[in-house]
Amino acid sequence: MSAFNRENFKLLNEYKFEPRAIEKGYAMRTLHVDVGSRVATAKPVSEDMKKRFTGGKGFGLKLLWDATKPTTKWNDPENEIVIGIGPIGGNTNYPGSGKSLVVSISPMTKIPIDSNVGGFFGPYLKFGGWDAMEVQGKADVETIVFIDSNAGTVQFYEAPESLQRDTHLMAEELTDAFTEDGHDPQSISVVSAGRAADYSPMGLLNFSLFDKRRQGIRIKQAGRGGIGRVFRDKKILAMVCRFSGVNSNLNFAADPAAVQRIGLKLHREIVVNDSDQCKMRSEGTAHLMEIMNDYDLLPTKNHKYGQENSKIDGIESGVWHKLFSQNLPDGCWYGCTMACAHAVDHFELYTGPYKGTKVCVDGPEYETAAGVGSNLYVYDPHGILELNFYCDTYGIDTISFGTTTGFLMECWEHGILNLERTDGIDLTWGNWKGAAQILHDMADGKRFGILAGLGTKYLAEYFVTEYGADAQFLKDIALNGKGLEQSEYIAKESLAQQGGFYLTNKGPQHDEAWLIFMDMVNNQIPTFADKAEALHYFPIFRTWFGLQGLCKLPWNDVEPVDNAKHEEPGKVPEHVENYFKLYTAITGEPLTWEGLINQSERVYNFQRIFNIRLGYGHRKDDYPPYRSMGPVLEDEYVMREERYDKQMKELIGVDPAGKSVAEKVKITREYRMSQYEKLVDAVFDRRGWSPDGCPTPEHLKSIGMDTPEVMEIVNARNAGKA
Amino acid sequence: MIKYLKLHNDKCVGCLNCTATCSQLYFKEDDPAKARIKILPLALGKYHIVACDQECRRCVIECPTQAITVNARGVVMINKKLCVGCLACVAVCPIGAMFYYPGDPTPFKCVACGACVKTCSADALEIAEKEDSPASKRPFEIAEAVRKKEATT
Repeated sequence: MSAFNRENFKLLNEYKFEPRAIEKGYAMRTLHVDVGSRVATAKPVSEDMKKRFTGGKGFGLKLLWDATKPTTKWNDPENEIVIGIGPIGGNTNYPGSGKSLVVSISPMTKIPIDSNVGGFFGPYLKFGGWDAMEVQGKADVETIVFIDSNAGTVQFYEAPESLQRDTHLMAEELTDAFTEDGHDPQSISVVSAGRAADYSPMGLLNFSLFDKRRQGIRIKQAGRGGIGRVFRDKKILAMVCRFSGVNSNLNFAADPAAVQRIGLKLHREIVVNDSDQCKMRSEGTAHLMEIMNDYDLLPTKNHKYGQENSKIDGIESGVWHKLFSQNLPDGCWYGCTMACAHAVDHFELYTGPYKGTKVCVDGPEYETAAGVGSNLYVYDPHGILELNFYCDTYGIDTISFGTTTGFLMECWEHGILNLERTDGIDLTWGNWKGAAQILHDMADGKRFGILAGLGTKYLAEYFVTEYGADAQFLKDIALNGKGLEQSEYIAKESLAQQGGFYLTNKGPQHDEAWLIFMDMVNNQIPTFADKAEALHYFPIFRTWFGLQGLCKLPWNDVEPVDNAKHEEPGKVPEHVENYFKLYTAITGEPLTWEGLINQSERVYNFQRIFNIRLGYGHRKDDYPPYRSMGPVLEDEYVMREERYDKQMKELIGVDPAGKSVAEKVKITREYRMSQYEKLVDAVFDRRGWSPDGCPTPEHLKSIGMDTPEVMEIVNARNAGKA
Repeated sequence: MIKYLKLHNDKCVGCLNCTATCSQLYFKEDDPAKARIKILPLALGKYHIVACDQECRRCVIECPTQAITVNARGVVMINKKLCVGCLACVAVCPIGAMFYYPGDPTPFKCVACGACVKTCSADALEIAEKEDSPASKRPFEIAEAVRKKEATT
């Protein structure tokens, strides 16, 4: 039982708002919270804002833009964390409708990051009558913000000194403390970071939900880009939201029966098809492990290779199937029958402060299992689970941590790091306990932990300066774009996917475009024009989920059985049709294909201009490290010599016979770099951007994003001033 | 033991007394779409009766809020206060015995109350009891397996 009730928290300030019912998906107001002055304010949403930015991530970026200046840094008080939930978000009928979209200026990239996350916080916030919540300012004491969506109150508390600081314990204590008379823990959701987020720019935000069967807290992560670091920099320990009385129509949909009908159709499709398709209900995204390995796409040893056939059995999907507790409604929001948020129960930890304790581990999802598994040459599921657990509870992004640790291990292999430089941590490939020690040191604020937590971009430069390491080599193997670590797919053999990672607004994350199969495996987009079309269309289409509060997975991780017979099966046309109907059923507004694309394209271009406003968003910011494009090292080439030699002969037109491996690495590299240049040209042109990556005034006009504030930035850039 | 509505398809004459009684009892109106039992006409004057068998309990497993539970007599019940109306239970029911009325927030199902038995004109319905089975025990085993134990340290 928890040690706290609400009386243990010192109330510092309180505001009362009339709870407002949602109307057709919108509350038409947002909540602004300043933790510095401890003031909460309601702001109206204008019709223009609704029309131009739609909701979710669109509202988040708009509010963040208005709150910040071109000079704002991630740790300036005016930087915000904005949590938005779109008009569709919060319905319980259509699977995957509970996503919160979190935006902030990132400590990793210095530009806006957006991260989508499950858990109950976003919907509960919305049900109090808020389309989004801005958090600004810096507190002088450890602060807890409590939003009671039933009572309409926003309260600022000072956290008791003895409150636990790691999420798996703190979220539980706060859930107990903030329930009404100790009842209905399912009515509470906690947003928190963890101790390591006090130091590391890869700090994340955990969004909790209470799992009735487990009688415990589950957490989902807004993982990317260091929003947890911003949170802790503001001296916020947690934000708690309470809402009791969820039902299927709190959006007050225009046509609730249609929402039910469309949702039930997909529920049924998932229940019937999932076990023959992606097995999300039993394995979640971890079902991808051996599939990626088979296609040479599973990051292995810092993305050097994509496969390790002698080891993969240790972490293939069947292993996770057995470890995950089965037959549970593991959705991260009510009504998600895709239920991919699996967990390992009663897992005993071997290291760290909770050694010997049995815990519930949320995950791993594919990105985590690959990032802290195969990428570190760890094929022991226990190691992956332990790293997964500690990343979460300390508030660290598993993707950035996995990619960074892969980089560190490769540095160890090449003698750039040694026991002296790591403060005694052995970073030999496969040593998950070494990786875990980095995490513990990060949480405890020890030197090497803090250093490692700064991420690959910083470390690559630091090792050159401090240890005299080869600058080009480290730049090649530090897998980041714009300062954000790449997520966990090998992109070497798919030019389109290199663009999918690096021609993104926020950095190399897989949520904009995942084109590897379409490009590399099925060869459906062979020309530059085809690739450019895909790199225009998919990022725009996927942006739409973030505007609405939707999860991407129910779009194409289950498919109608006859999907293949459609002209463009990659788009899953029947599900896109569902989205049109769902949007109309909730908002009462018709939606066409053009309308959907237009909603997204406005926000996508706005985000690009936001980057430009902050001094980024140039073509030069959009290049991958070479490890993501091709073989950096000779042994890396030799391992796939047949493939690369064949390409040299057929694609480059050079006969590899008689050439040294070093020469062949160089020729391959020059060719691939030139291909990427052509890709950038084609994509920018298709997106309506200048060769330097700035949206053109004509394009902005055509999509309805030519507002004065936007045009000011674009004109300054075109005049050479930005 | 499980109390349930035993169905004799061979005796059903399709009079719909059962649906009228049921929808009157729970919705105060005579509408087969609001009954917790459904009569499906087949060919040759035969009928197929749909009502929950109380045994498979997939809806109990699927419900995210544990609004669907099993009462002391083995009957699967829905707690309207806890239901969030997601209709996942409707989707997983293998015999289509979990119903909902378009626009209404909560689904509904047969609770073996027996009201329809009294008005059935053909003795096609009967309240009966049956033994627990592996399927019927499953929701409890799953919940027990994952329930948080006291920390070992």
